[in-house]
Amino acid sequence: MAEESSQGHIPTVIADDVHIVYRVNGTGGGKGSATAALSRIMRRGKGEPRGVRKVHAVRGVTFTAYRGQAIGLIGTNGSGKSTLLRAIAGLLPTEHGSVYTDGQPSLLGVNAALMSDLTGERNVVLGGLAMGMSREEIRARYKDIVDFSGINEKGDFITLPMRTYSSGMAARLRFSIAAAKNHDVLMIDEALATGDRKFRVRSEERIRELRKEAGTVFLVSHNNKTIRDTCDRVLWLEKGELLMDGPTEEVLKAYERETGK
Amino acid sequence: MSDTTHDGGIALSSPPSADEGLSASQLADKYGLTVSGARPGLFAYIRQLWGRRHFILAFSRAKLTAQYSQAKLGQLWQVATPLLNAVVYFLIFGIILGTARGMSKEVFIPFLVTGVFVFTFTQSSVMAGVRSISGNIGLVRALHFPRASLPVSFSLQQLQQLMYSMIVLLAVTVAFGSYPALSWLLVIPALAMQFLFNTGLALVMARLGSKTPDLAQLMPFVMRTWMYASGVMFSIPVMLADKPQWIADVLQYNPAAIYMDLVRFALIDGYGSENLPQHVWAVGLAWSLVVGVVGFVYFWKAEERYGRG
Repeated sequence: MAEESSQGHIPTVIADDVHIVYRVNGTGGGKGSATAALSRIMRRGKGEPRGVRKVHAVRGVTFTAYRGQAIGLIGTNGSGKSTLLRAIAGLLPTEHGSVYTDGQPSLLGVNAALMSDLTGERNVVLGGLAMGMSREEIRARYKDIVDFSGINEKGDFITLPMRTYSSGMAARLRFSIAAAKNHDVLMIDEALATGDRKFRVRSEERIRELRKEAGTVFLVSHNNKTIRDTCDRVLWLEKGELLMDGPTEEVLKAYERETGK
Repeated sequence: MSDTTHDGGIALSSPPSADEGLSASQLADKYGLTVSGARPGLFAYIRQLWGRRHFILAFSRAKLTAQYSQAKLGQLWQVATPLLNAVVYFLIFGIILGTARGMSKEVFIPFLVTGVFVFTFTQSSVMAGVRSISGNIGLVRALHFPRASLPVSFSLQQLQQLMYSMIVLLAVTVAFGSYPALSWLLVIPALAMQFLFNTGLALVMARLGSKTPDLAQLMPFVMRTWMYASGVMFSIPVMLADKPQWIADVLQYNPAAIYMDLVRFALIDGYGSENLPQHVWAVGLAWSLVVGVVGFVYFWKAEERYGRG
């Protein structure tokens, strides 16, 4: 706790009563047949259409994050952790409430921009551009990214299409690309569990570096050890609600008691 | 200390007394925080989009390359696909149905191939536009960039695809006796206008498609109707000679027909200005500017909502 009081408690992220609702098409009506879909449309009443189901993924979460904090997000599967991160990053619009941030928070994840049919080489460039790096920055960092991923340790793989990589290799390259950029507010969604032991150690080190440069770090993980090692504050989400918010040890103990570890 | 913070309070142990009692928005104001994911102003948006031009270009070229990367012939398909398309249309409309109606073979075949390629340019831009947001929702939910990058990038991909088609087209044109001339340069402004038109249309379709993915199922029928109504494989004034004049006028002034006629006029010797409707360049420019600008503004208006899917 000494860390943030020395930094004067400057808020970097404020979440104010955030609600997120997903709308899913084509779920209602039980039977998935065409006639069922038709009758659903015919029966459509006022207000929300029948065929659309709403999933209330985050319900009224409020917190303030300060500069220098590393905040862990815990909770069982489907508790809304990743959704909350996306909302903080401004990638998912809130249904109700608002999120205020200092600068542009970034999600550590570039997977969606990469294309498996392209070579690793081109994916490094494409991923870098997608994250908003300039061409010069990418050129300057290209060698670091490839070396860090260790893709070329077993031969010249970077010039092969990504679909030929093993799942571990692909994950390593993705992490290397994503971690190449420095961020003000950084969010990491389960990125630490990729690759073999050697790579994991290297990536944890890189995360610590990024944390030093970033104002605030959010980390989603199911690995309590990772959370203990990197975070000084933990938010516990359950069914989209903020169950507990406090120092790592205290929240984790309660969480472990609850989940029966 | 470990209280839940539903009242907007501060959870940690060392409370900064100066900020106590401020509401979230007041606190945000005080420290200069801004609403995450808010829509920028129109001009700021254009600047952001321009800042992402390298990404847009790289993304479109990556998509283009990825298309045929598993095929044995690889990028040769970029040229082979339009060529085969032209052959199929020639077989059906040139030989079996005979829609030439008085045009000589030297005119009709380049006429038909031009029509097919130029219309395909608009058609595939629209189809790619519909899916540009809904088909890339993962990307939209993972990274920050002006969302218009996607539809623009897909239109750009189609433009590059058209460049390959143009190789085939120019070869066909020469093979049927229209040789390179200065008028060929008119192809450039014609296609530039069409590209702007296509991009605007793709932006509109992207916003509609992000809300209603069903459009991707519906659009092929709309596009096919549009194709047959635009005189891709027949001359509108000749085919509709015995119908009221206004029908032919409407069809001839539709943007797809305008851009096809402009490219035909530029390339084919036997297709002179007597085949074009009046003020054709002005109409083409008007279509492209109106649809381009309206499409861009319409897309921008929903910028902050595309992640919802």
